[in-house]
Amino acid sequence: MAGQSDHSLSIFSAAEVEFIAEDEMIEIVPNIRMDALNLLCGDFGPFLPQIPCKVPLWLAVALKKRGKCSIRTPDWMSVEKLTQVLEAERESPREFQPLPFHYVEISRLLLDHAHDDIPEVYMVRSLIEDIRNVRFHKVESGLETISGRTYAVKLKNLSAMEVNLVRPFMVRVLQAFDKHDSPETVQQADTSASKRPQVVDRGLRRDLRPR
Amino acid sequence: MRRRGGRSASGLKERKKRDRMESWEEEGSGGGERERKTDVEAMREAWRREKAAPELLEFEGELVRRLREQIQLQEDGDEDDDQDLLSSLRHMDLDRALFLLKSYLRLRLSKIQAHLFFYASTSAQLLSPQEHLFCQRSLHATSRHLHRSLLSLLPPHYQSLSRQSTSSDHDDMLHPPHLDTFVFCKPNTHVGPLQLDDLGDDIVDLVVDDLYVLRYKSVTALVRTGRIDLI
Repeated sequence: MAGQSDHSLSIFSAAEVEFIAEDEMIEIVPNIRMDALNLLCGDFGPFLPQIPCKVPLWLAVALKKRGKCSIRTPDWMSVEKLTQVLEAERESPREFQPLPFHYVEISRLLLDHAHDDIPEVYMVRSLIEDIRNVRFHKVESGLETISGRTYAVKLKNLSAMEVNLVRPFMVRVLQAFDKHDSPETVQQADTSASKRPQVVDRGLRRDLRPR
Repeated sequence: MRRRGGRSASGLKERKKRDRMESWEEEGSGGGERERKTDVEAMREAWRREKAAPELLEFEGELVRRLREQIQLQEDGDEDDDQDLLSSLRHMDLDRALFLLKSYLRLRLSKIQAHLFFYASTSAQLLSPQEHLFCQRSLHATSRHLHRSLLSLLPPHYQSLSRQSTSSDHDDMLHPPHLDTFVFCKPNTHVGPLQLDDLGDDIVDLVVDDLYVLRYKSVTALVRTGRIDLI
């Protein structure tokens, strides 16, 4: 099906993550008058000029593209807040700062379609890029510390897009460690030393194929 | 259930509102704390759960039926719109709901296809009637194909589809879905300590809204009761 990703390994495509993010509510200021919208996903409006109201992100972007509204930048996307977050991210090498779960998708959509509504947009853009880089660097260094017998990993404050980027690798890594480190495997190696070598399990090889 | 003309826009809106109210009441009667949500939202969560889970989850028959009705109503009501903007926004909303529904159904079908033998013998609650039919037919077609092309040419002891040979004591060629895989999840209510494996060595304290990567086997029960969300 067009747009659907492979279900094995529970992979969401980036477009699907954005799809989920597009349902987040955001405030807009319409410049037209429009009756209330009774949609499947909820009721919005009525829309009056210069009266702010909340709509899902996909609706806000659609209206913005047609020039029917301006989008109010969320509070967390101000230069002050983002600078604070960036400094805090740089200072704590193991922790992630709390950010909206879909901050990557929301900021990407707003920067692409509503850059004229964002104050100091170039600063905001570069701050968000820096934040993304610092956080992902932390994720990568965190991955290096995964050792055998890791049963659970705690990733507080990680965002949706970051989770999705790291998901395939992390799942395979944990599964591989699980398979190679389990006590049954160790025991079998001892007892079957005299028998012929074990046939490689084809099923597991599927997991390791690079995509 | 197509209805033509003679129906006002406000009547349609009332009916849609009523449908949504009914679904909200159904959801709310189950547990007092659950906030009212639209069927689309519920479908989105079901889709996400199904995508993230390595095994087939229970079919959300009621939800799918209600959503289909609402989509049908919305499609019928399109004739009333003369404004370009309104109708294109309605189309977008419709497309989003349709994507969720279609993706959910196809996702389940691909999971069933991956483990045909296993799901053919599971309880009816897991599969919808149509999925059950699909499973039986696929199984029949696959077995027939394998028999004709390969199995009938093998010596008699090796002709079974589920056993390597007649000397096997169980169905060793049937693989149930891998439940050992790891999933990303977030508890939405307080769960507290969770035992991670049978040995009881490792306990993880699950805090609300923290993100964890855990083995699916450890959290299956929590996922089923909705106390933990799969990301």
